Amino acid sequence: MYALIDCNNFYASCERVFNPTLIGIPVVVLSNNDGCVIARSNEAKAIGIPMGAPAFEYEHRFRRYKVKVFSANFPLYGDMSRRVMSLLSNYSPHQEIYSIDECFLNLEGINVDLQKYGLEMKARIEKGTGIPISIGTAPTKALAKLANRIAKKFPNETGGSYVIDTEEKRIKALKWLKVEDIWGVGRKNAKKLYAIGAYKAIDFVNLSEAWVRKNMTITGLNLQKDLKGIPTIEMLEPEKKKSIGTSRTFETDLRSFDEVRERITTFTSMSAEKLREQNSFCKRLIVFIGTNPFKEHETQYYPSIQIKLPFPTNSTLELVKFAHEGLKQIFKNNLYYKRGGVLLTDFVDASVYQPSLFFNSDPKHKKLMEVIDKLNDKYHRDVVRLASQDERKHKMKQAHLSQHYTTDINEILTVEV
Amino acid sequence: MKKELNTQKIELIQPESSEQKYPYIGNVQAGFPSPADDFFHDYISLDELLVDHKETTFFARVSGSSMGNDFSDGDLLIIDKSLEWEENKIALCFIDGEFTLKRIKMNDGKCYLVPSNKDFPLFEVNYEQGVTIWGVVKYSIRKH
Repeated sequence: MYALIDCNNFYASCERVFNPTLIGIPVVVLSNNDGCVIARSNEAKAIGIPMGAPAFEYEHRFRRYKVKVFSANFPLYGDMSRRVMSLLSNYSPHQEIYSIDECFLNLEGINVDLQKYGLEMKARIEKGTGIPISIGTAPTKALAKLANRIAKKFPNETGGSYVIDTEEKRIKALKWLKVEDIWGVGRKNAKKLYAIGAYKAIDFVNLSEAWVRKNMTITGLNLQKDLKGIPTIEMLEPEKKKSIGTSRTFETDLRSFDEVRERITTFTSMSAEKLREQNSFCKRLIVFIGTNPFKEHETQYYPSIQIKLPFPTNSTLELVKFAHEGLKQIFKNNLYYKRGGVLLTDFVDASVYQPSLFFNSDPKHKKLMEVIDKLNDKYHRDVVRLASQDERKHKMKQAHLSQHYTTDINEILTVEV
Repeated sequence: MKKELNTQKIELIQPESSEQKYPYIGNVQAGFPSPADDFFHDYISLDELLVDHKETTFFARVSGSSMGNDFSDGDLLIIDKSLEWEENKIALCFIDGEFTLKRIKMNDGKCYLVPSNKDFPLFEVNYEQGVTIWGVVKYSIRKH
């Protein structure tokens, strides 16, 4: 059996832990640069604020319904996620962290009342962290997703934990679920299914395997098997990332090469740090920039360039040089750039990598990077950085940022006595 | 020395990321062959000492000084959110839209939240008032 555990309205819930006055009122969290809504409390959903709503278009509604608006506080959400995931890992030796607020547990060989087990998890996580969760348990991952949906949709009946453990429950659940809400069925596939009159998950499950394979590829077929109760989608235990990227929308449009280069340096440096964290080298680097699509009268330009590195490296100094070289190739003057990014890919394990005879990463950099990483980890991020990296600590627009309650000693909760 | 103490404080905030250990001087062996190894036989870790459950431990800071001798301005609180409240424990409570510290007392089957400052009234816990016990204070650390 698999359990899928999902934090309810995660970002909004994180804000509420440290500010209980937010409980019961509409809360929304905005994306980087306060652009659009990326999380909503149930109250915010109820007054019709859609996911992805552009903040400036909804300002009037925010005011009218006294919505509490927050800038995304990712250090806080990340830390709360780690706490929740760590507590959940006590309930099974096999955990797959699926996203910041969701994980699968493989409950094979755990002989307990699964409904009660779910409720116990829920009580412990909610008490210990303040984050409300829902649990769905079933013989396959796709069915666990579906059970979770039922747990969340009917909290009074299920107590927030629902188990699909009989054929009757499985059929009933499949008859309830709309095809577009099946885990992993995209909008495109949902359209295809609607076109042949398959509206509910049960209709999809009853389609011939040949049709599914032809129209929805092997992924669709696996999903269908999973929903039939045959475990097909395996647990993905944590593995190293295959590519690491950092990209941002700039707060203002940038016109000069130096300004864009400064941002690219920062993105490269951030990605390289993550690369070293997982002890990999990369052999390929991609730089991309783009103009502002909302300025329709301006020339639009979205170039990207791939650079095959002469040797694998994870040194910020070396990667930045390559990134600059790439940027030089694609940068055009007299345009307004609104975004940019750097993607590192094609990894080799640092511990098994064989250096080539002529072109190598400078071995001195290894020590240097270690020192830089240690300093930045110990003090605050960017205490040591390249001269070509930008100085301004935060360029992001974050007008409604809450405190970093769990990650910065200067921003912890204050209790007036 | 002072600097080290300061570092200690920084380390404390992120129990997951670091575990600074300090040598503990054990029983000093008399007699001639006294290898240095025997000298340091264990470590004291403040993280281990002060944080039982790293996932559910949170930090808070006291502001103001009206809580008698129990707390003073600037004290660092180590709060475990997973602990059940008990008589005589000090809890971080959320009452009337504010966080506050209160000692829990039971009397005649009623639960009271007692402020350290005797000039302030007792507070009888009454569920309609929406009192939340957010967590239980395990330690407070004061800078001297």
